[in-house]
Amino acid sequence: MSDRPAAQSPWQTVTISRIEKRTPRVTSFFLEPSRPFAYRAGQHVDVRLTAPDGYQARRSYSIASAPEAGETIELAIERLDDGEVSPFFHDIAAVGDEVELRGPLGGHFVWSDSDGGPLLLVGGGSGVVPLMAMIRHRAARKSTVLVALVFSARVWDEVIFRDELIDLHDRRDGFDLVLALTRESARRPADYSRRLDVAMMEQSMLRLPAPPRFAFVCGSNAFVSAAAQALIDAGVPASLIRTERYGV
Amino acid sequence: MITRGFSSGRKPPTDADARIPPGQYLEQGFPVLSAGPTPRVRTEDWSFTLKHGPRPIKTWNWTEFNALPLAKMTRDIHCVTAWTKFDTAWQGVLVDDILADAGIEPPTAFTLALSFDGYTTNVPTQDLTAGKAMVALLYEGKPITPDHGGPARLLVPHLYFWKSAKWLNGLQFTERDEPGFWELRGYHIYGDPWREQRYTSDP
Ligand SMILES: Cc1cc2nc3c(=O)[nH]c(=O)nc-3n(C[C@H](O)[C@H](O)[C@H](O)COP(=O)(O)OP(=O)(O)OC[C@H]3O[C@@H](n4cnc5c(N)ncnc54)[C@H](O)[C@@H]3O)c2cc1C
Repeated sequence: MSDRPAAQSPWQTVTISRIEKRTPRVTSFFLEPSRPFAYRAGQHVDVRLTAPDGYQARRSYSIASAPEAGETIELAIERLDDGEVSPFFHDIAAVGDEVELRGPLGGHFVWSDSDGGPLLLVGGGSGVVPLMAMIRHRAARKSTVLVALVFSARVWDEVIFRDELIDLHDRRDGFDLVLALTRESARRPADYSRRLDVAMMEQSMLRLPAPPRFAFVCGSNAFVSAAAQALIDAGVPASLIRTERYGV
Repeated sequence: MITRGFSSGRKPPTDADARIPPGQYLEQGFPVLSAGPTPRVRTEDWSFTLKHGPRPIKTWNWTEFNALPLAKMTRDIHCVTAWTKFDTAWQGVLVDDILADAGIEPPTAFTLALSFDGYTTNVPTQDLTAGKAMVALLYEGKPITPDHGGPARLLVPHLYFWKSAKWLNGLQFTERDEPGFWELRGYHIYGDPWREQRYTSDP
């Protein structure tokens, strides 16, 4: 078609090196890039699958690992039963398989410790993934920025990265975890057993010594709309709120 | 590269194929994407300003703007997050009719779309005129909901949908092609879905 030398494709082949079940519906896939891959906490990648007849499906997934974690990229993918790409990962993908990946992508829903804080993070379900990258980045940098995460999940067993988050919280070094379980009673003293609301946002802000410098909200569209509105009603200026919507 | 074990179960019918740009898939719903919370703009507070650089040319309030000629556009739209939706039906005011009401010809070759929440996106002026773009006020016959950019959003359906700025409150003519919000954050300066111009590094 063209006799120009082909530019390097933005897509690269990555190999699945490890698969780890996180919750009944969420599994982590660890990918080894074939080219250097430097990213910032909060960014995402596009993944592309190709069928023998040439048909391709492409979806975005946030990076769960911290930039400091080395070459391996962790994605945490929730299974949507009637979906196309997420069931492929859950049911078919195996260690040693290759998929195509492009990225890192996104320059708005990102944070690094040099951006400062305090930070208020609000995640619903798999929306915690890019927030996890920020929390891990903070821990890896031994940052002193104060961070509160309000994480909404249906039940205790669906709290993705639960043990790791509770460990980080228990260090008492400025990271605070608040869980909001919507279909089960709370197990930790400061947790909630209801959907996110304005009062919860107000109380979570009191866990920070000063008003947040940034608030990051991620999850399904309905979750992000409700959480962002609750933050505004709790007095967080809209200009400080950054959102990432997973679509449906 | 063929992915082991992946088959094309969802492949759209071939007559639809020609309408789906490379790397896109057909979506029946209408997902929402935006960088921040949804602003709730009341029509009483709404206004639309045409500017040349910093200088306002003309401002319309909601009633005045709704008195401009209404046009219909039914188009396929393409979001950079890879979904395409067929036959979305909009009504609004063509950019041509806004210029005519202001009594001007486009003064520069580039335009920035401006939104109530501070969002901006750049579009060459020639992609907005000659019936190619409108300020949409209705979606499928009803006022556009806040999540989808109401009261008024730009509609430039031949470019990736982030160019169709939500919560629009003005168009500003600029001397140079000034990158907008997403264009400064890694997205393509022009955004043609048929050339797959998603990210800055795409040709
Ligand atoms: C920036 C970004 C980051 C993201 N990060 C993550 C992440 O970290 N983890 C994560 O799990 N997800 C993430 N997502 C969501 C992810 O990209 C996919 O949308 C998700 O995995 C679903 O893809 P799927 O192919 O399995 O489902 P799809 O096939 O896209 O279907 C999604 C839903 O829509 C319905 N549907 C769609 N098409 C049809 C059809 N033709 N017929 C019937 N029903 C249909 C299905 O009911 C299904 O439940 C992210 C999205 C974005 C935009």
